[in-house]
Amino acid sequence: MKPGASFSAQAGRGRSLDRFTGWAVLLLVLLAVVVSFVYLAIDVSGLFTGESLRAMGRFIAEFFPPDLSPAFLARTGWATLQTLAVSALGTLLAMAAGALLALPASGRWGLAARQAARFVLNLLRSVPELVWAALMVLAAGLGPFAGVLALALHTAGVFGRLFGEALENAPIAPERALREAGSGATAAFAYGSLALVAPQWVAYALYRWEMNIRMAAVLGFVGAGGLGQMLYFHMSLFQQAQASTVIGAMFVLVFVVDAASGRLRRAMAPAQG
Amino acid sequence: MGTATAASAGTPPLRDPQARARLGALMLALVVLWPMAVVADFRPSALFDAASLRVMGGFLAGFLPPSTAPDFLALLLRATLETLAMATAGIALAFVIAAPLAFAMTQSLSVSRIGPAPSGRRWPGRVLRTVVRAVLTVLRAIPEVVWALVLVRALGLGPAAGVLALAITYGGMLGKVYAEILESGDTRPARALLEAGSGRFAALCYGLLPGAAQELASYTVYRWECAVRASVVMGFVGAGGLGQLMDQSMKMLNGGEASSILIVFLLLVLLADGLSALLRKVLR
Repeated sequence: MKPGASFSAQAGRGRSLDRFTGWAVLLLVLLAVVVSFVYLAIDVSGLFTGESLRAMGRFIAEFFPPDLSPAFLARTGWATLQTLAVSALGTLLAMAAGALLALPASGRWGLAARQAARFVLNLLRSVPELVWAALMVLAAGLGPFAGVLALALHTAGVFGRLFGEALENAPIAPERALREAGSGATAAFAYGSLALVAPQWVAYALYRWEMNIRMAAVLGFVGAGGLGQMLYFHMSLFQQAQASTVIGAMFVLVFVVDAASGRLRRAMAPAQG
Repeated sequence: MGTATAASAGTPPLRDPQARARLGALMLALVVLWPMAVVADFRPSALFDAASLRVMGGFLAGFLPPSTAPDFLALLLRATLETLAMATAGIALAFVIAAPLAFAMTQSLSVSRIGPAPSGRRWPGRVLRTVVRAVLTVLRAIPEVVWALVLVRALGLGPAAGVLALAITYGGMLGKVYAEILESGDTRPARALLEAGSGRFAALCYGLLPGAAQELASYTVYRWECAVRASVVMGFVGAGGLGQLMDQSMKMLNGGEASSILIVFLLLVLLADGLSALLRKVLR
């Protein structure tokens, strides 16, 4: 443990909350939990009676063995590819839109433009991907394209904010020097500021892409293609064997992406300092 | 990258020394992207298709004004409370799952790491930790919406499936992070207690928790905030709450109801943000 961290922990303990507030908060939290269970009328103990445990066991048993016929595996593989493509295209579109929105959001076109851009970004970001997907299915029809749009809309809100903050924090000297030497506004931005923030933007994009792969796998629940749509379809028809194959594919996808991103991050870490 | 190439083309006498490499990268990206666009059925023209424009236009036109019919508002209030209750109950169950697993997994309470055990056997502890780690990974690898979809089939429509789904995924996340927090703090007091012969539970209570309790609590509160957002989404597969209401309104193309629900949802997320920030400030 670092000495600095231990010091700050000591300082934090110095002004820690007094005993009464602590007990009051704990009591309120416990009360909220009890009220929640009562309000939802969930019979937790009823879940663990013999009958419902047997029913649960039967239900789980229906998922085994998974459907491993070559034809179905091929379809699952195709849906996995589709999920990957949806996440990649969605993230790329979001990068383009986020970069465009980051320019006003970083305040380089005045205060009014900055406020307007921030409002749009907040709106885009606070609607979850699945809700965007449900809306986009109406706008673009069933299929993976709706998933691409949904991911792009939500992630554009995230990127716009992150990219804008990176731009604000970048030193302005290089761009100003280019401007004063007579270069055009676009060239000065591209070679002065964009070059500085590009590594950070790419790092954000890779991180979000990883999250979007996971998200793309479930967007299909509202009809936006990929593994999710397959799972939803087979669950609706009570075809548990097929559903368990799809869940297995999601598992594999998440693990592979996790391992790959961990490796990539370790490889990139020294370069980024 | 694209901007850079375009900019260099605008000023012919000045050459971008990297222009060729950038052009190459751009071409390579296009070659990779093309099949992806085909797989993902990428056709922006679908947005401007007459039929979908009509559907979307009618739906969006209904957004204003938001629906304020009294019986709908009553329904909305009930769904909002249900969403909050789902998040709270889910996090409570997740805590019940996570706490013992984190206790079993954390390295800083490992007796066998201190030195050779009297019997010389180190493997039982290591095997237990590996198993627990694997369980936690499996729990959190599948998104909560998938668990909700599966559990709705087993438990029927309603919030019970959502609460259990939250408990499973968030139990996995909380367990992993709890163990990491316990390992990252000052572990010397716990080690001293263990070396002096105290039990694991006593070492946790008197050695680790005093230093780590605030961080543990504030992470749990942060996860509650995430659970509010997630419980809205889970409604789309039939697990109750605001999401289920929104799903119904969208299926009936009722724009006024959908916009009311969206507004309430955004307010709820703001409220959860504020409450969680407040709680974390009190805890600090």
